[in-house]
Amino acid sequence: MEIVVCVKQVPDTTEVKIDPVKNTLIREGVPSIVNPFDKIAVEVALQLREKHGGKVKVISMGPPQAADALKECLAMGADEAILVSDRAFGGADTLATAYALSTSIEKMGPVDLIICGKQAIDGDTAQVGPGIAENLGMPQITYAAKIEINGDMIKVDREHDDGYEIMEAKLPVMVTVVKSIAEPRFPTVKGTMKANRTQIPVWTAADIAADEKRIGMPGSPTQVRRIFTPTQRSQGQLIQEETAQQSVAKLMQLLGDAKVI
Amino acid sequence: MSFELTEDQKMMQKIARDFAEKEVAHGAEERDEHESFSRPLYDAMAGLGLTGICFPEQYGGADGDVLSYILAIEEISKADAGLGIALSATVSLCAWPIFAYGTEEQKQKYLKPLAEGEKMGAFGLTEPNAGTDASGQQTVAVLNGDHYVMNGSKIFITNAGEAETYIVFAMTDKSRGVRGISAFILEKGMPGFTFGKKEHKMGIRSSQTMELIFQDVKVPLNQMLGKEGEGFKIAMTTLDGGRIGVAAQSLGIATAALDFAIKYSKERVQFGKPISANQAISFMLADMATKVEASRLLTYQAAALKDAHKPYSKEAAMAKLFASDSAMEVATDAVQVLGGYGYSREYPCERYMRDAKICQIYEGTNQAQRMVIGGAVLR
Repeated sequence: MEIVVCVKQVPDTTEVKIDPVKNTLIREGVPSIVNPFDKIAVEVALQLREKHGGKVKVISMGPPQAADALKECLAMGADEAILVSDRAFGGADTLATAYALSTSIEKMGPVDLIICGKQAIDGDTAQVGPGIAENLGMPQITYAAKIEINGDMIKVDREHDDGYEIMEAKLPVMVTVVKSIAEPRFPTVKGTMKANRTQIPVWTAADIAADEKRIGMPGSPTQVRRIFTPTQRSQGQLIQEETAQQSVAKLMQLLGDAKVI
Repeated sequence: MSFELTEDQKMMQKIARDFAEKEVAHGAEERDEHESFSRPLYDAMAGLGLTGICFPEQYGGADGDVLSYILAIEEISKADAGLGIALSATVSLCAWPIFAYGTEEQKQKYLKPLAEGEKMGAFGLTEPNAGTDASGQQTVAVLNGDHYVMNGSKIFITNAGEAETYIVFAMTDKSRGVRGISAFILEKGMPGFTFGKKEHKMGIRSSQTMELIFQDVKVPLNQMLGKEGEGFKIAMTTLDGGRIGVAAQSLGIATAALDFAIKYSKERVQFGKPISANQAISFMLADMATKVEASRLLTYQAAALKDAHKPYSKEAAMAKLFASDSAMEVATDAVQVLGGYGYSREYPCERYMRDAKICQIYEGTNQAQRMVIGGAVLR
């Protein structure tokens, strides 16, 4: 089973600081980590490899230092890593990123499963994974909380606010995974030493024969007007007692406690 | 002269730090409270390869250096100093002497499972009447054909009961004093080899400390480590390395105490401002931070000397002496910065203070370190 995992190096903070003038992320002085959801994607891929055999390849598009993120994935146990890096990719939005990654994945050869984290913790768009699937003409299942492979079929429990949707598709498929699906393993000492000695191939725009109108700034129609942290909306509470009468009583009590009535 | 860690060293540090923060820290208070050593936690740590960092690949190691291993002890000790010493006792006191003095057969049989983390190790030198003065060994091993017969006991042995492999010192020729001491590799479960009472301790309560008891234990000749009479030399050189581990453990405790005191001082508001805004507090923190940094330099220097195959006995003693005294002072001051909360078990600073104390005592008291250092400078 050939599995490709897409990873992104992100700043290590949940409170991303934003340049008020340029409306872009301030990356200086913030340590970088592997996007936590992508690390979970690597873990899922490793577990599937342990069960069904095959290879796990990780790919990332980013500046040269994104190689550190790939090394961490190799240390966890991934077989190969590829860094897609070129000044020409700079300023890419999700459309241009998905194009560059899908073109690179095509160059990597046949693939059965592409796994992405559900979103990156910096931009939070959740668009690159689905964009890759679309470019490759592959079915996509987002927010996977459980994955089962049977022959050339994949069965996924897709997470919703109030339950799961069980979906089945024929491989190859692109899935994005949520936090609950797996706990990422720690990289081992030996894996890390080996990863540190691995030269990660760097693919440029020319290497993947990218259409220059579809990468970087020219390939990015997104215009950022403003970035802000949305106000937290607290979760609603479902009152579902045994009888309607009990539910009403509970509701009245809660409204009373909250001094609404 | 570069003070930058290498890429490998930084990554080892990160592995240990991530593991310590995510897996070790949250249960430390409870293990301290209940004096419970967690073998599953040790196994998880060993499973990452922390026990094999500084040994060659052919013996199950990762071919890393001593400094990387020292960084790992520091990180683990920040979260739980008891687990830190369990690691140090296995690697520095049990695996290392086998690596340095063992036969190829012994390395394959005993070092490899220790480095790979499948087994735990311990080191038995101290006896009720033989502490700093190791020549007072009353444990004896008498040659009897194809084996030695060992009788005696050892006290205050870290990892005892849990460990599968033990380095044990015994008199093989009383007439020769310290030159009559020999080292043996013992396995848990050998007939006549049992464990006595579990020690109830002030600190490092998440590590297990017990008595070793030998009653007519038959030790085959191929389980002697080094040559007959080489035991004292093996013990002393092993402790030289062990002291770098204790220095790193001290450094971990001191760093944790300092970090906690800094954080608290910025949050605790009295007289309308954080207490860190008072010079009385900020100067205390400045002294604490300086002691931690000086300890770090001495500790890393000793490890770097060992990596460079240069003499490090004096520097290891200095690192252990300074880092453990500093840990005691820094942890005590951290308690002071927290005031009443520092004295309460609700906060970890009193644990750091209790844990720090042993670092001034074991693997040679700090008075014994001064004997080592004094001897070296007056040579």
